[in-house]
Amino acid sequence: MSETTSDPRYKRRPPKRPLRLSWSDERVRGIFWQIVVVALVGSVIYWLWSNTSHNLAVRRIATGFGFLDREAGLPIAESLIPYDPTNTYARALLVGVLNTLKVAVIGVVLATILGTAIGIARLSKNFLLSRIAGAYIEIIRDLPLLLQLLFWYTVMQGLPGPRQALRPMEGVVLSNRGLKLPALVWENAHTAALVVFLLGIVATWVYARMARAKQMADGQPRKVWATALGLMLALPIVVWWGLGAPWEIEYPVLRGFNFRGGMNISPEYFALLIGLVTYTAGFIAEVVRAGIMSVNHGQWEAAQALGLRHGSVLRLIVMPQALRVIIPPMTSNYLNLTKNSSLAVAIGYQDIVSIANTTLNQTGQAIEGIAIIMAVYLTISLSISLFMNWYNARIVLVER
Amino acid sequence: MSDASISTGPRKPPITAVGPIAWAKTNLFSGWLSTAVTLALGYLLIKAALSFVDWAFINAIWSVPSNAQGPQTQICRDMQGSGACWAVIGEKHRFMLFGTYPYEEHWRPALACVLFVVLYIISAIRRFWRWELALVWIGMLTAIGMLMWGGIFGLSYVPQERWGGLPITLILATFGLAFAFPLSILVALGRRSSLPAIKVLCVLYVELIRGVPLISLLFMASVMFPLFLPEGMNIDKLLRAQIAIILFAGAYLAEVVRGGLQALPKGQYEAADAMGLSFWQKTGLIILPQALRMVIPPLVNTFIGFFKDTSLVLIIGIFDLLTAGKTAIVEPAWQGFGVEVYVFIGSIYLIFCYAMSKYSRGLEAELNRHRHR
Repeated sequence: MSETTSDPRYKRRPPKRPLRLSWSDERVRGIFWQIVVVALVGSVIYWLWSNTSHNLAVRRIATGFGFLDREAGLPIAESLIPYDPTNTYARALLVGVLNTLKVAVIGVVLATILGTAIGIARLSKNFLLSRIAGAYIEIIRDLPLLLQLLFWYTVMQGLPGPRQALRPMEGVVLSNRGLKLPALVWENAHTAALVVFLLGIVATWVYARMARAKQMADGQPRKVWATALGLMLALPIVVWWGLGAPWEIEYPVLRGFNFRGGMNISPEYFALLIGLVTYTAGFIAEVVRAGIMSVNHGQWEAAQALGLRHGSVLRLIVMPQALRVIIPPMTSNYLNLTKNSSLAVAIGYQDIVSIANTTLNQTGQAIEGIAIIMAVYLTISLSISLFMNWYNARIVLVER
Repeated sequence: MSDASISTGPRKPPITAVGPIAWAKTNLFSGWLSTAVTLALGYLLIKAALSFVDWAFINAIWSVPSNAQGPQTQICRDMQGSGACWAVIGEKHRFMLFGTYPYEEHWRPALACVLFVVLYIISAIRRFWRWELALVWIGMLTAIGMLMWGGIFGLSYVPQERWGGLPITLILATFGLAFAFPLSILVALGRRSSLPAIKVLCVLYVELIRGVPLISLLFMASVMFPLFLPEGMNIDKLLRAQIAIILFAGAYLAEVVRGGLQALPKGQYEAADAMGLSFWQKTGLIILPQALRMVIPPLVNTFIGFFKDTSLVLIIGIFDLLTAGKTAIVEPAWQGFGVEVYVFIGSIYLIFCYAMSKYSRGLEAELNRHRHR
């Protein structure tokens, strides 16, 4: 507490006492025990390290990351970047990292949406809705994720083949070869529209800040939404229109034993995504529920007494306070989802763990392989932590 | 109601204000949106329940004929998709529960599982929360070890490679927690220590372990660990996985325990210092009893997490409950009946985890009773 008190008496440090070389001096004991512990840990590490280097020498395994430049020769079913088995191990591992990110990023977004919806449903006044949400949360959280993944994968494999595929909607085909969706044929006009859209978001953000600053100065509220709509929606559409308005949808068509065209979501990826999203959503729902419940009921009543509408109460009064409670546990759920995506190896989705595991089996570079896996996850974990801590710091209660 | 002229006594409130009708009105049909949600959900729920009953009971096949070539599962295959094939559970449940343990000795792992459950129940009763509980744990775990290995009291010796199924899951979870818990207390104390070297070591341990997935630690245990040991020395695979789980659980539990240490008012530390207690007296007599009591509910939640996480040993090929289930359907006759097997295995996990989470919530309510007016 002494850092936060302004009273200068608390800031003064106690006078330094000379170190007595005696066992009854607390600091001497402290230094002694630290030396003992460090020496113990150091000698264990040295022992393990010397064993390892001896074993590696006996087994003639060369250490180092030289193997990364060799030809991988391992086939990868799905990849975000061009890849074939003649590429190097480094590129194969990069494909793995991208596959991990692909499932983690989309999983985090979907789990947040589903989890928030279930968390709010749990608080609903409707008995049936809140009980169903409660049962979902309880059951999903009491089953191991690995079991759920294997279950979803079995269900995917049990779907009918391409010829008898399920077609719940026009162009959507679900079979044991995965989920096929219609896809837009991508042209330059779309890229241009996307770039303009992103620029529009930035411009809207700048404009909203300026409008807010002006409102702070003269008290006049300014309408932002019209400009925002123009910048983010109208402008991209105009650009797209100006470039010829290309709009061609490609539908998946049955050719021989499989489908061609359209967007393809492999059964492995689909099972992994469903498993991760439904599992994490169960935890996020509890976090959201606890967050909303942590806001004092008086806050609702006070806001209503001020004449705010229900939506405004939620947006301006309740959510900012609930978020303070929600953000820290939400961060750890995002981290868990990312780390849990490593279970992909059990159902054959080729993420970084799966590819690094194959690599270490092929090359025998066990230490390097595991070091790569750990380095990748540590980097992702630290990045998510840093971002969420930054966001958390923005929304914490500013006290005097 | 002392007025004698009214003979009927207090009048009942109208039927729409109390009782089931009023309850339904406020909880199910309080507005057009709520009514719509209720009707839609009710319809879906009834439909789902009916098709589940159809699948799980009415169209289900409970046993299949068997001949010299093994079980004849054709009738199950004809019904696939519309009816469950519980015959696979009837045929394989002993294998799923006990793995490759000698068939006629299956009572031993079964008894071991019962002992584990008894141990959990004893540990859950607050009256038994004393230091003697540690002795009970040591005694029970020794008894379980003797049962599983055998070799004494006329029991035949069963090597550890033949163990499998539910006992492996319970062993990994129980021994994991029994060792990880003391470790986590030491690490949590170390992390709050004023000695910089010890603090740095503890922070490094906790943050490194929490930053990587359990799978990478299990891989490390299965492929890297043999390289760490001197030549000729070998530790078996189950023990290596157990060490990985202990290290993993230790880091997570340490953070929970640290939460309790931080939540304890500073005055408790200062008062203990003022009494002239040594560090270990202060910690053991004043700090830990209060700090641990505060974090029991999150501790139980972490335990549930680890109980589920032991299933990850499937990836390095250790024969736990989930691995046994997955192996049971490798046999060609039973291929394709994964859903039934996972429902069976899932309900075992569900029973254990649900009991723990129910207990945790009850405990939380009891420990927080003083906060309610």
